[in-house]
Amino acid sequence: MLKFIIKISVIASLFVFSSVAKAADPIRIPVLNWSSQIVMANVMAQVFEEMGHTAELVPAESASRYEAVRIGDLHVAHETWESTMALPFYAAMDKGGLIDAGSHNLITFEEMGVPNWVIDEGLCPGLPNWEALKSPECAANFATADSDGKGRWLEGPYEWHTEVMPNRLKGLGIDDLWTVKFAGSADALWAELKAAKAEGRGTVIFNWSPNFTDAAGFTFIDFPPYFEGCRLENGGTLETTGCGSPKGWLKKAAHIKFPITHPDAYKFYTKMSFTAPQIGLMADLVDSQGMDHAAAATEFIAQHRDLIDLWKN
Amino acid sequence: MLTNFKNSRPQQFSFLFIVFLLLYFLVPEDENSFLWRLPPLLKDIPLLINTLLDNLMFKWLTVPVYDPDWQMYEDKPVFRIITRSIADFLLFLIIFIREIFLGGLQTIGSITGGAFKELKWLYLPAVPWTAVVIGLFILGYRLQGLGLAFIASIGFFYVSIFGQWEPTMETLSLVLVTAPICFILGLSLGILGYLSKKVEKTLQPILNIAQTMPHFSYLVPILVLFGIGDHAGAVATIIFATPPMIRLTILGLKKISPEVVESGLMSGCNRFQLLFRVLIPTARRDILIGVNQVIMQCLAMTTIAAFIGAKGLGFNLKVALNGLKIGKAAEIGICVVIIAVVLDKLSLAWANKQKDYFANLNFYKKNLATIYFILLTAILGVIAYFSAFYFEKGFNYLYLIPFGEGLTIAPILDAGVDWIWETFFYYLNIFNKFLITNVLFVMKDAYLGMPVVSTFVLVMGAGYIIGGLRSCIIVGALILFIALSEYWNRALITAYMATFAVGVSAILGIVTGSLCARNEISAKFILGVCDFFQTFPSFIYLIPVILLFGITDTSVMIAAIAYASVPATRYTVEGLRSVPSSLHDAASMSGVSNFQRWKSIELPLAFPHIMLGINQTLIFALMMIVLGALIGTEDLGQIIMGCLSRPNGAGIGLTLGIFVSFICLAADNLIRTWADERKKLLGIE
Repeated sequence: MLKFIIKISVIASLFVFSSVAKAADPIRIPVLNWSSQIVMANVMAQVFEEMGHTAELVPAESASRYEAVRIGDLHVAHETWESTMALPFYAAMDKGGLIDAGSHNLITFEEMGVPNWVIDEGLCPGLPNWEALKSPECAANFATADSDGKGRWLEGPYEWHTEVMPNRLKGLGIDDLWTVKFAGSADALWAELKAAKAEGRGTVIFNWSPNFTDAAGFTFIDFPPYFEGCRLENGGTLETTGCGSPKGWLKKAAHIKFPITHPDAYKFYTKMSFTAPQIGLMADLVDSQGMDHAAAATEFIAQHRDLIDLWKN
Repeated sequence: MLTNFKNSRPQQFSFLFIVFLLLYFLVPEDENSFLWRLPPLLKDIPLLINTLLDNLMFKWLTVPVYDPDWQMYEDKPVFRIITRSIADFLLFLIIFIREIFLGGLQTIGSITGGAFKELKWLYLPAVPWTAVVIGLFILGYRLQGLGLAFIASIGFFYVSIFGQWEPTMETLSLVLVTAPICFILGLSLGILGYLSKKVEKTLQPILNIAQTMPHFSYLVPILVLFGIGDHAGAVATIIFATPPMIRLTILGLKKISPEVVESGLMSGCNRFQLLFRVLIPTARRDILIGVNQVIMQCLAMTTIAAFIGAKGLGFNLKVALNGLKIGKAAEIGICVVIIAVVLDKLSLAWANKQKDYFANLNFYKKNLATIYFILLTAILGVIAYFSAFYFEKGFNYLYLIPFGEGLTIAPILDAGVDWIWETFFYYLNIFNKFLITNVLFVMKDAYLGMPVVSTFVLVMGAGYIIGGLRSCIIVGALILFIALSEYWNRALITAYMATFAVGVSAILGIVTGSLCARNEISAKFILGVCDFFQTFPSFIYLIPVILLFGITDTSVMIAAIAYASVPATRYTVEGLRSVPSSLHDAASMSGVSNFQRWKSIELPLAFPHIMLGINQTLIFALMMIVLGALIGTEDLGQIIMGCLSRPNGAGIGLTLGIFVSFICLAADNLIRTWADERKKLLGIE
């Protein structure tokens, strides 16, 4: 019995102790499942450690992490894409607790497009101009088993832009030739790219740049230009909703207490601003050169020492 | 005529089906008609859950807590303080164990309160991997013998030389914290359930829901309550892995014959001794199956835990799949299976080890293994320390082989996948088109065109025929809950996919199971295969099926069938093997052929057990269909998965998870009632 009581009290005291002793709170950085994001997280972690902090990488999901940043479970969210993540980003800001720590030095682009070999093989003459999609022969080359003879657009998961793409088809008046299918994840998009190429079947998928697919060659389709309020859900009409996607920002988010708890790390974080080629290099070090993410980060820092030092001071 | 109808199930079912068809074709499609679709009266439930969570975490019952960062008092809800303390405690334990294997400075940091942050040398060094392997060898030898020693050490040796040491140890540290918690929690709740009927009655529905709810539906609530990180992964794992332990504890304790209790009482046990010295050791067999289940379930959760912040193999698997590196992903999957096998065998051996009360050993003899282990660790530590000077490039291969720096068989596996693609794609594509246009789409349309009234007649009628009024009402109430939501159409799509997947899996499972149950060796082999596929992370199937079948429902179905055939096969083999051999002999003497024996004797006898397998098949299929949302579906799963990225996803995710669970429970009620009745008729139990 005595032993039992001792055991219980040891566990209880450990419990109390572990919940109080949190002084060594590390800077918690989310890592998602694509290379450039992981390498950037590792770069930040290594720089923070140089500055004398401890950093911890926490696996996370791209959208749910904003809530975690808001309540302080994560300190930063360093790759926030306008078109896919603006919604949860601003939702968290509305509730209070998340701050905008500036943007990276690049313009992101997210749009429907085709891999270059589709154009080279002439599966749809006239691309990247969207008018080429009007031809029934073109649409037929993009049909799949479940598309009922229509050409298929493979859009990202439904939560990314909800009804934008189906509405765009209607707006362009080509919904009798094309249909939208929502993929379940980014993985599914890449698998479709690979499968379509192996099969020699045309494919229109949602993609973005900078991305690792840039290396193999990917062309975005030119849709009618975007303007504020052209989409149905922003008050546009059926005539205007065929507009393309806007050029977007790549923001950095932080928890509201981060500037107070780690001022020097926060300063670095706001100054940190990568360009598209730099982010491309991060992905490339892992995807093409087969490095481990942490080693790629070390290599990246070594190559950009001056820049990093500039941001540190 | 009427009495005939009363006794004949087939006649009753055909009558029910005719009524169903009549309603199906007579009720017009009309959104305003209650016969076609019920109004969404319960659509506010997700909102209610969200408000409740929000209030619990941010508003209710606040106490002022001094925040040294802001230098002011902040109001914190008590509930949040409690959940976060639990989270911190779990995290502390996980990191402590992790740093034993991998080294680090967080444990020392939090013990000293970060006072010695400047001292760079003050950290916990890792135990060299060589020492861990040797340690496992000694442990295996002590617990059982050379066989186990080799299994355990070679398993971990493999993990290390394939460069998966770091993620494996990260996963292992999570499992080493969660599995004991599941064990203790499951055992104590099971004991409480055994002691009090009331507790058991309340536990039953909670367990049912926890075991059938798709994992993804409770990830967001956990994220809100406990925050993101390894601790959140641990909580999700505990929710999933504890129920079988509770169930098996209750089952084991209930089976104990009263004589055992009496003899315990006669020997003068008090209540405490009776429980821990008599009852639990007697129920050992079932409790051990519980331990085995806990370990399997903990490892099955590794990938899912990675969605809410758990490090380790699961996270690396996700990254590999994002880059379409199937070979690498499979390699990681094998590591998960290896840990499962090693932990399972070690825990079984530990639990089976009889204590030798009469051995009179001195301190040295008693602790021989520990002494050897400490000595060898010290030697290997010194070797590792000096080998650091020998290896160039900064990797010390005798201390810790870094991730991705080991051997790899990934190119071979990838080539295999490519070969399958090149050889079979053409035929698979024809098959795919045929299946989609002639089977899947037809089925989907048929399900979506089903008026709600005919669905209820069919389901409740089946309930009435099988289990009388009670089943009829239970099943009806479960389905009504879904019908009164906005998601009925999506639930129908889920139901269509589940029907197809379960149908095919059941046929596949029963056929394979029957063939393999013919003799001892093949039965053992197939059970091993089942074990492998149950722990092998099901995520890995998702990418190859997309490559072969595109982003279509076929892909989801194939993945679901691959995963759901496992329980169907397992239960068929177990059921057939449990038919007594005297019956085989009796049958052979009566001159039946092999096929006749299988059809008329073995199958009917094994039927109740196989039905329980079908029950499991349904649960497995639904889990994989929800996961299929990662491929791209339009059912309940798509929304459950989408909740991960919605700020207020907690409520919707939980509600839809409960819907999926209700579908399982409705089927469970029918199947179980039927199986029990068959068992009674056959005189089993």
